[in-house]
Amino acid sequence: MHPALSVIIFTTASGTGYGLLVLLILLNINGLLPTSSGLGLAGFGVGLTLVTAGLLASTFHLGHPERAWRALSQWRSSWLSREGVVAIATYPAVGLFAIAWVFTGNTSGSWSLVGIVAALLAGATVACTGMIYASLKTIPQWHNFLTPTNYLLLALTGGAVWLMVIANFFSVGGNLPALLSLILLPLAWALKQAYWAYIDKVPSQHTIGSATGLGALGDVNLLEPPHTEPNFVQKEMGFKIARRHAKKLRKTALFLAFILPLALTAGVLVTSGTLNTLLALLALLSVSAGLLTERWLFFAEATHVSMLYYGGAKAQ
Amino acid sequence: MTMLPAQPSKKKLGLVIDLDTCVGCHACAVSCKEWNSGGHAAPLTDTNPYGKEPDGVWFNRIPTFEVSQPELGPTAGQTVHMPRSCLHCESPECVTVCPTGASYKRAEDGIVLVDEEKCIGCKLCSWACPYGAREYDTDAGVMKKCTLCVDRIYNENLDESERQPSCVTTCPAGARHFGDLGDADSAVSKLVDERDGFNLMDAIGYQPTNKYLPPRPKSGPGSSYRPLKIDQQETTDSRFLKWIDRLFSR
Repeated sequence: MHPALSVIIFTTASGTGYGLLVLLILLNINGLLPTSSGLGLAGFGVGLTLVTAGLLASTFHLGHPERAWRALSQWRSSWLSREGVVAIATYPAVGLFAIAWVFTGNTSGSWSLVGIVAALLAGATVACTGMIYASLKTIPQWHNFLTPTNYLLLALTGGAVWLMVIANFFSVGGNLPALLSLILLPLAWALKQAYWAYIDKVPSQHTIGSATGLGALGDVNLLEPPHTEPNFVQKEMGFKIARRHAKKLRKTALFLAFILPLALTAGVLVTSGTLNTLLALLALLSVSAGLLTERWLFFAEATHVSMLYYGGAKAQ
Repeated sequence: MTMLPAQPSKKKLGLVIDLDTCVGCHACAVSCKEWNSGGHAAPLTDTNPYGKEPDGVWFNRIPTFEVSQPELGPTAGQTVHMPRSCLHCESPECVTVCPTGASYKRAEDGIVLVDEEKCIGCKLCSWACPYGAREYDTDAGVMKKCTLCVDRIYNENLDESERQPSCVTTCPAGARHFGDLGDADSAVSKLVDERDGFNLMDAIGYQPTNKYLPPRPKSGPGSSYRPLKIDQQETTDSRFLKWIDRLFSR
């Protein structure tokens, strides 16, 4: 599948933003983060900016962005529509909780209920994003449970690293934000490995023989394509990364998204002062670059069954 | 509304394409392009049509496949031309994934259409189609697809014989048939029964309305194809030819 930059930026930025919001809210209502206005302002400021920037980026690949509001109407059948609805519903819930935090300094009692609703909505938005891809039967690499779980865990992991940087800046939360990154990074790493292991051996249900229905007559091969230049379907669905490049990029993604941030986070735990802040910032830079690489690969390694009609031997 | 009709439509208009008679002339594709450039989904944008890398929206694409039977000999098998267009599926996920309600399946006759006024051009429907039947119009910023010539088949300004999809009326080999596949007694349904019509990529479960008729085998078991062999040409019963043969064999 063609890796569109706007969609890569959208899923990584929004995902990380939602992850940060979920962690901020849940840690705070459990008394693990102070309800200080500076932390609230920075945390919700960064979270909502990432979410909004991502959502705006997602409209860049639309043919008619001015009609984007129409995408809220078909929540009964479409995961994309559900994502839009839940994303919009998240704003007032997070907004209310953020106002209570920053301006009243009180997030207990019924405010914590608002917080739980906000965190659930933020998580649900990321789950909907994952389901947009997982629901497509036409793309074997995506059509499985690992897709939405990867989206959710990677969102939380990106959010945790952001939280570490912000908490570090305000010197709050003690070791907890760094410990959280130290737990989430290996988990996300393992889940991404599981996804890659799955797509490397995903059984190819469809072949050129079953796609054309001619398989029973003999061995089917494309003799002549329908036209000389690639059409929309081939440009959009036919993008395929060479296996050797994929291997290198997987290693790059692993290193930047998980291994390096893990080492840097461990450093954050044992250092203090300027070095501490620097290590946290480097971890954030690394994880951001790693997630962008991971997301690019998510598209580039996905294949579409329609390519069987253009000479693909099997959809894998 | 991108929910599918609550009840499957009784009428299922669609095409039956005979892979045994299709000669791969691409007349259906050209005729489709011509009609639809002025029809329901007009214009069918072309970009750089006379330049180096022409591109554009077409509703019909005709690949040619080679089916070989190496176990029967190096030349056994056949070529099969396969005209492909939207199959107007019974449970089309290109419709259900649409976030805006632009994609819809008509309850009255099962035709799958795009309302271009509502389409935001997110292209998700094209991802959901296993057949690659939807093509994005980069100029108009909306998705386009075969309309089953909805602007011809009910058009009372046309002579009744013309009220069929453009590709069907054009096909010089008579390989394309149009009708109601929901009616078991229709000519197209009978044709599908007689010739064991099949669905493309049946396992994906979209239940296409359009059916394909398999090519008759050209070699091996069940084949009625008897090419005249060279050595058969040399045997003759004619006395005159035998005399000529003897004359020149001396």
